[in-house]
Amino acid sequence: MPSYSIRVNGETRTVEATETMPLLWVLRDLIGLTGTKYGCGRSQCGACTVHLDGEPVRSCRTRVAAVGDREVTTIEGLSPDGSHPVQKAWVAEEVPQCGYCQSGQLLAAAALLEQHPQPTDAQIDEAMAGNLCRCGTYQRVRRAIHRAAKEG
Amino acid sequence: MTTSRNSHAPPVGRADLDRRDFVKLGAAAGGGLFLGVRFASPGTLAAAPPMIDAVDATGFQPNAFVHVAETGDVSIWVGRSDMGQGVRTSLPMIVADEMDADWDRVTSVQADAHPRKYGRQMTVGSTSVRGGAWMPLRQAGAAAREMLVGAAAAAWAVPAGECRTENGHVIHTASGRRAGYGELANGAAAQPVPEEPKLKDPEEFNLIGTDVPYVDTDLKVTGRAGYGIDVRVPGMKFATVVKPTVLGGRLQSLDDSVARAVPGVQDVVRISSGVAVVADHTWAAFEGARALECTWTSDFSGSSAEISEHNAELLKGEGAIAVSDGDAAGAIASSATAIQAHYEVPYLAHATMEPMNCTAHVQSDRCELWAPTQNPQGAQSIAAELTGLDIERVTAHVTYLGCGWGRRSRTDFVEDAVETSMAVGGPVQVVWTREEDMRNDQYRPSSMVRFGGSVGEAGRLSALTARVAGPPLLVSPGGGRRGSGVDRNAVDGIVSMTYTIPNVHIDYCRSSIEVPTGYWRSVGPSGNTFMLEGFIDELAHAGGRDPLEFRLEMLDNHPRMKHVLEKAAEMADWASGPPAGRARGIGIVEDKGGIVAQIAEVSVTDGRVRVHRVWCAADCGQIIHPGIVDAQLVGSVVTGLTAALYGEITIDEGRVVQSNFHDYEMLRIDEMPEVEVHIVRNREAPGGAGEPGVPPIAPAVANALFALTGQRIRRLPIRLS
Repeated sequence: MPSYSIRVNGETRTVEATETMPLLWVLRDLIGLTGTKYGCGRSQCGACTVHLDGEPVRSCRTRVAAVGDREVTTIEGLSPDGSHPVQKAWVAEEVPQCGYCQSGQLLAAAALLEQHPQPTDAQIDEAMAGNLCRCGTYQRVRRAIHRAAKEG
Repeated sequence: MTTSRNSHAPPVGRADLDRRDFVKLGAAAGGGLFLGVRFASPGTLAAAPPMIDAVDATGFQPNAFVHVAETGDVSIWVGRSDMGQGVRTSLPMIVADEMDADWDRVTSVQADAHPRKYGRQMTVGSTSVRGGAWMPLRQAGAAAREMLVGAAAAAWAVPAGECRTENGHVIHTASGRRAGYGELANGAAAQPVPEEPKLKDPEEFNLIGTDVPYVDTDLKVTGRAGYGIDVRVPGMKFATVVKPTVLGGRLQSLDDSVARAVPGVQDVVRISSGVAVVADHTWAAFEGARALECTWTSDFSGSSAEISEHNAELLKGEGAIAVSDGDAAGAIASSATAIQAHYEVPYLAHATMEPMNCTAHVQSDRCELWAPTQNPQGAQSIAAELTGLDIERVTAHVTYLGCGWGRRSRTDFVEDAVETSMAVGGPVQVVWTREEDMRNDQYRPSSMVRFGGSVGEAGRLSALTARVAGPPLLVSPGGGRRGSGVDRNAVDGIVSMTYTIPNVHIDYCRSSIEVPTGYWRSVGPSGNTFMLEGFIDELAHAGGRDPLEFRLEMLDNHPRMKHVLEKAAEMADWASGPPAGRARGIGIVEDKGGIVAQIAEVSVTDGRVRVHRVWCAADCGQIIHPGIVDAQLVGSVVTGLTAALYGEITIDEGRVVQSNFHDYEMLRIDEMPEVEVHIVRNREAPGGAGEPGVPPIAPAVANALFALTGQRIRRLPIRLS
């Protein structure tokens, strides 16, 4: 079986996997980073969102062989101690209900704020529409993004 | 700030807690005051069951524990499952408030399954607070407080009545002496258990009714909250199950040769529900499942069109009578303004964000489960049944649940894990693919209602008839529940309407369709309220009446509902009307102890419905945590709106057509209306908050669309012509 060395949250991890194995399952089942969630397996829900060099991607449809030397950031690596502005804003606004989709929501929001430090509602809609929340936390997600933009 | 943790090791001395309502373990159990609290018999909704009966405890069940450590740390066990409705925060608040505990020292602990100790653990029907926790947990906290006071009074040789409590301390008011609960814990354990602990006057609550920080948001924003799918047990294999492609299917042939050759696949085993592929990781299991060649046979071959025809045919006959007041048929026959209409709602999937999964480790003398379940006791007992082990040899841990919606009250996914673990002889996690999850659900029933009604003098509703045709809950192909007469859930939301109408006749025609059905957030009213409130709107229109006034004048006997509807109208400024190009509609419901009115404001652009704003007023009685109730109500609007705009499971030749989020769509953030919530604050008994916000939004939107376009929406999901 092929071996891949990928950079995850600042560390180099070497895994044995078939080249088609999605990054999602490499992270969850081979490396043990379970914060990234499986929701649909076809880029429909966003629960598996991670960053590749800061860009949000759906890890369920990102083959491990395609990661290359790009840096993978998961929810575990977004900040060392939960202090990323979106994490602080999420706590302040009490966004999560069940919480299952929230890793993906946070990664998508963090990437949005990198691109647009003061996003408009339309930019939030565009950046976050790929992340489903069955509990319906969207209103608080929006508030938290605005808060993170303001408080930094 | 408190933390939340799962209980993986039983606390010392728990078995002793079965003896009586309150059992003190104290120093013998390793230090501290340790109280078990018993609940009334499972399922009891009584506000105040007798709590403390040291003489005969056989009729009472424990439901939660309080532990005060010598350090002053307080642990409170939560017997219900947290699927986002916040019970890991709200239930400990009730105990801690009555105890006057220091909330910063409270740890919320998820309880494992136990047949009796925690009362009924099934977390359904918006019952976590109203269904039994409220008074027993208050009494548990109050009893702990009295014993701590007793210990301090004894130590200080002062009357207990001269002492008060505050934030984890007992204080002797006259002398100013104070002692922390930790230092009093062992002394408290020697105190007699109070027969009738004095409860706080609600005006004295200092946690209940406040927005304390949730106990676990930090876990959920850092990826550390453990869901079922995140469980990792040493030596664990990963598995998935291939299930019949046709409802009620049985395996006819299996070729697993290609699947077994998939890298990482370890085994392929037959289990009751299908074929399990066991592998080194989930992806290999999914790939192996794709490579399986199975053929299935089934006696069921229905389609959605046939199901609708079947229900329509049933409506032509008579049904079992659910309500018959006055002479509805006579009133309609003699009315000049009589109308009738057919309404229909489709099957709906739960589509929880976390697909069905369970981890099991079955050994010769024990079984351990880790399950995202709304039904821990059901999981435990089905595992005992399948393994042949005594129930006390089965440990069922409750993880976080990635949504629940009633789906996780069933045990099919638990059975998969137990059987697969038995087959492979080791720990295994079974995760369903999204596709298997959507196609092997127990769906919200599709049903149809034929309404009739008449508007009499002064434009008041004089008569209403409703004939409901649809399946009961918990049917399944070739089996499941049948029964006869009126199915309570099938008519719930119509029978339970809050309007006073002089002549009413409601009957029910039992469908024999075998598509599996189950509990779906708000259950009966999820569909019936759409149909009833739509027809009420038609009657208002037929009578030339304002839909708000028409409803209000039928609510004189229900002042709480009337107040809630008036409040929603005030929030929306109903009298002023919507901005140009938009229209508004109303929906109301009383469901699971919660009273909710919603007004939706909509527009249509290029045939596409846009819901701009929703005003939601709710009376759920005594509120534990307003922020959680707000979240539940806003989330309920999303649930109901998703169903109204998108939700539909269709059946074609016995197969469920939809498979994933591309063909079973959900509301996304770019369609999220601005939802404004008003929560009525009162001291009525706590009601439900997790479900009653779901039913009103669909009719509110449909009625707004009529006002805007003149098109009546009599079927969900909404399709504009």
